[in-house]
Amino acid sequence: MIVCTMNPSLAVYQGMKRAGIDFVASVPCVNLQELLILIGSDPEIIHLPVTREEEGVGICAGAWMGGRRAALLMQNSGLGNCINALASLDMLYGIPLLMIISHRGGVGEPIVAQVPMGRLTVPLLDAISILHLEPQPAKAEETVCEAWSSAAADGRPVAVLLDLQFWRGK
Amino acid sequence: MKRIEAIALAAEAAQAQSALLISNIGYPSRELFSVRDRPENFYMLGSMGLASSIGLGLALARPERKVMVLDGDGSVLMNLGTLASIANYAPENFKLVILDNCCYGSTGSQPTCTSLGTDLYALARAAGIEKVVQVDRAEELAMALTEECTVIAAKVEEGNAAVPIISLSPEEILERFKRCAQPAHLSGKSRL
Repeated sequence: MIVCTMNPSLAVYQGMKRAGIDFVASVPCVNLQELLILIGSDPEIIHLPVTREEEGVGICAGAWMGGRRAALLMQNSGLGNCINALASLDMLYGIPLLMIISHRGGVGEPIVAQVPMGRLTVPLLDAISILHLEPQPAKAEETVCEAWSSAAADGRPVAVLLDLQFWRGK
Repeated sequence: MKRIEAIALAAEAAQAQSALLISNIGYPSRELFSVRDRPENFYMLGSMGLASSIGLGLALARPERKVMVLDGDGSVLMNLGTLASIANYAPENFKLVILDNCCYGSTGSQPTCTSLGTDLYALARAAGIEKVVQVDRAEELAMALTEECTVIAAKVEEGNAAVPIISLSPEEILERFKRCAQPAHLSGKSRL
């Protein structure tokens, strides 16, 4: 068994905690499973597994209006499911959101169906002017925390993209 | 009952209960704005389908505040997963009022599937929501609004009232709503 110096899931979790994230909506990805266990067992975080990413955008917006710091965990395949909500809810009103996205479909991807959205993820985020950050595990805690600060300061969603290499600890 | 009558009853109940009120896209928000504007009203201008989701997140964030959502048949059909989420996670301070006029009322009254027999009351029950009430008349709605129930499925007539567009910017809607919706210790801080 290979022991990584920095567990990628733990680094993301610690970044969320440092940012004060206390509300999470999620649609799972196999690469998010450890992070979802950490979040699910944290009594300070309200966690809702939702049915669709777009629903999660709405739930997180409501939670933020009620004073919570909200994050949406999802796979990049779900980005296409929530573009309208990101634009006509979060960006229209100025609502912050931390998006933790497992970015599938890149180098080493075993599932062919992940490839199209894998390629389109960054262009889609760029097209709707959503800042995206791609940390390595060693920088993930800091980057996740900064992503929330940026979202809160600007009143808009910010995406942290975590690809297959990231989850392998590289 | 006309939709604007149903909205007036819901708005009156929301005010009496000091409830935060999330209102659906299109004419329903305009009708609410014209019958009873309050800072505690959030007028959802885009993101069709997400009024109930916004309300659910808010109700979980502020369990001590009542949260009411005015939604429509077309919007609930667009986000049917919300009924499953509400069934499993909605706290007792959450109430969803579905105003079912069997059509997309803000876009020219094109029929929705509820006009052909799809039953939102039954869908809510089948999703696992225990406290669901179905109403047709204004008196029944007024009663249900004061009862402990999670979802009210209310049949309303097709047609929009002649009301103007909302004279508030999205930023103004959010800013004044957030002051009412956030806990007091956060209300002085902007966006944090």
